[in-house]
Amino acid sequence: MTALAGAKDTEMVDNHKSASPDRVIDIEKLSLTFETGDGPVHALSDIDLKIEQGDFVSFIGPSGCGKTTLLRVIADLEQPTAGSITVNGVSPEEARLNRAYGYVFQAAALYSWRTIAKNVALPLEIMGLSRSERQERIARNLELVNLTGFEKKYPWQLSGGMQQRASIARALAVEPDLLLMDEPFGALDEIVRDHLNEQLLQLWAKTSKTVAFVTHSIPEAVFLSTKIVVLCPRPGRIYDVIESDLPRERTLDIRESPEFLKIAHRVREGLKAGHSYED
Amino acid sequence: MTSTALTPSRSLNPFTGLLSGTTGPVIVVVIAIIGAWYIGAVALNTPFQLDTYERADRTNVPFSELVSDTLAQERPVLPAPHQIAIEIWQTTAEKKITSKRSLIYHSGITLSSTLLGFLIGTTLGILLAIGIIHSRVLEKSLMPWIIASQTIPILAIAPMIIVVLNAVGISGLLPKAMISTYLSFFPVAVGMVKGLRSPEVIDMDLMHTYSATRVQTLWKLRLPYAVPFLFTSMKIGMAASLVGAIVGELPTGAVAGLGARLLSGSYYGQTLQIWSALIMAAFLAGSLVALIGLVEKLALKRMGMTR
Ligand SMILES: Nc1ncnc2c1ncn2[C@@H]1O[C@H](COP(=O)(O)OP(=O)(O)OP(=O)(O)O)[C@@H](O)[C@H]1O
Ligand SMILES: [Mg+2]
Repeated sequence: MTALAGAKDTEMVDNHKSASPDRVIDIEKLSLTFETGDGPVHALSDIDLKIEQGDFVSFIGPSGCGKTTLLRVIADLEQPTAGSITVNGVSPEEARLNRAYGYVFQAAALYSWRTIAKNVALPLEIMGLSRSERQERIARNLELVNLTGFEKKYPWQLSGGMQQRASIARALAVEPDLLLMDEPFGALDEIVRDHLNEQLLQLWAKTSKTVAFVTHSIPEAVFLSTKIVVLCPRPGRIYDVIESDLPRERTLDIRESPEFLKIAHRVREGLKAGHSYED
Repeated sequence: MTSTALTPSRSLNPFTGLLSGTTGPVIVVVIAIIGAWYIGAVALNTPFQLDTYERADRTNVPFSELVSDTLAQERPVLPAPHQIAIEIWQTTAEKKITSKRSLIYHSGITLSSTLLGFLIGTTLGILLAIGIIHSRVLEKSLMPWIIASQTIPILAIAPMIIVVLNAVGISGLLPKAMISTYLSFFPVAVGMVKGLRSPEVIDMDLMHTYSATRVQTLWKLRLPYAVPFLFTSMKIGMAASLVGAIVGELPTGAVAGLGARLLSGSYYGQTLQIWSALIMAAFLAGSLVALIGLVEKLALKRMGMTR
C-alpha cells in the first residue's frame, strides 16, 4: 500500500512502485453540487484521492454516482464547489493549458465533417504539429486500435464501436502523460474489449502513462488497474479504494487466478453496498 | 440493399405514374395556374374590350371573337401567358444584348448590383455573427439595431440611401448594391449566429480539453457546424438582394435595370413590359437560389455531410 496521504510535496519513498513517485492528481475534500431546477444535486461529496505517476486507476460505481463528473473536474470541464485539486502540481486549468491530458468521452464525439484520419489529426493540428509528424501519429494510433484502412471514411460510415476506437486513437495521438477515459469500451463486444484492454495495458506499461479509467465492468477494472476506486451515489463519494497487488505485467488469463478473484470479490461487495443506498 | 429487381411492377393505371413522382404534381399545378390565368385574363380584359366594341358601334360580337380579342390587346389589364412569352422572346432573343430595349441588358444591370450587394451583405452578416457570438457586449449593443433595421420598410429607406449617397458623389451600382446589402445581411447574420452556436456541448468540451484558441474553435468547429445554416440563409439573402436591387432602381428614376422597366412600364401602362420584367425577376431569383442550392450540395458532399 502507498501511504502518502497528507504529504503533498518533496520526494517520497515509494517501495511499491518502480516508477517515480510524482504526484499527478491530488484531490482533497472536494465537493461539487449542481444547482438544478429541482434543488441541488450532490454529484461529488468530500472526495479525497491521490494518484501517482504511472498509476492505472479505475473508477467504478452505480450509474449517477459521479464518475463522469470527477473526470470532468480533473479535466477542468467542471469547477468544484469546495475542496482543492491539483494536476501535476498545478490547477486543472493550468494543466489543461499545458496539454497535460487526453480525454476519451463516454460518447465518441467525432466531428462528422472530418474523415477518421482528420478526426485523429484534430488535436495535432491544434497543437501545431508538422504535417509529417501528424501523419506518423495518425497511422500509428489508428493501427493501435485496428482501424488501419478506414482513414478516409466518415464517422457515420463506421459502427459505434469503431467510432469509439477512433476517439481512443485521437486521445492517444496527443501522447499525453495523463489519459482520462470515460467508459471507453462500453460500446464494444467482449472480444474487441479484451483486445483493447490488452493493448491499453501494453501501452501503459511501455510508456509509464497515468490512466484514470471509468468502467462498469468489474473484470475490466481489476484486470487493468493498480488502484480501484469504488464510488457510491447520493451524494457521490468514495466507498472503497483497493490497491491491487497483481503484477504490472498481466495477460488475460490472470483473470482465472485466485488473487484476481479476491480483488473482484471486494469490488463487487463495494458495488453492492453502493447500490443498497439507492433503496 | 435495394435493387431494381425489387421495384414493384408498373401499375396499370397510367395516371399513378404521373402523380407519384414530383414532376407529375408540378406539371398538374402549372397547368392549373395557366388555365386560371387565361380565365382571369379574359375576365379582366373584357370590360375594355366591350368599350372598344361600343365605340366602334359593333354589337353582337360572337363570344369566341371576344375571347381571342381579350387575349390580344396591346395594353391588357392582365396579359395572357403567351403574350408575355412573346414579349420576353422579342426583348431577349431578338434584341442585341447591348440594346436599351433588351431585357437581358436590364437583367444584367440588376443582376450585377444584386450580386455585389449580396456579396457585401453575406460578408457583413458573417462578420457580425462572429462578433456577436464572441462578445456579449457586441451582442447586447448590436442585436437591437440589427433587428430594428429590418422593421423599417425598405421602400422608405431606399430613396434616402440613394439620395444621400448621390449627394456624396457615389452613384451607379454601389447605392443599389447598398440596399441589397441592407436586406441580405440580416438573414445571414441571424442564421450564422444560430449556426455558430449550434455545436453540441461535447464537441465544445473536446475543443476545451485541447485548450484550443477561440480562432481555432471558430475554424475547426463553429464554422463547419454553421455551413448548412449559411447556405439556408444565403438563399433567403439572395432573394432579398434581388428585391433590394429592384427597389433601388425605383426611386431615382433609373434608366436601366428591371426596376426601371417596371417603373417605366407602369408609367406608360405597358403591362406587357411590367409582366415580362416581373417574370424575368422571378426567373433570376429562382436561378440564383438554385445555384446556391447546387453549391450547397457540392459543399456538403465534400464535407461528408450528405450520405
Ligand atoms: N450538468 C449537470 N447539471 C446537473 N446535474 C448534473 C450535471 N451533470 C451531472 N449531473 C448529476 O450528477 C450526478 C452524477 O452524474 P455523472 O454523470 O457524474 O454520473 P456517472 O457516474 O458518470 O453515471 P453513468 O455511469 O451513468 O455515466 C447525477 O445525479 C447527474 O444527474
Ligand atoms: Mg458517466
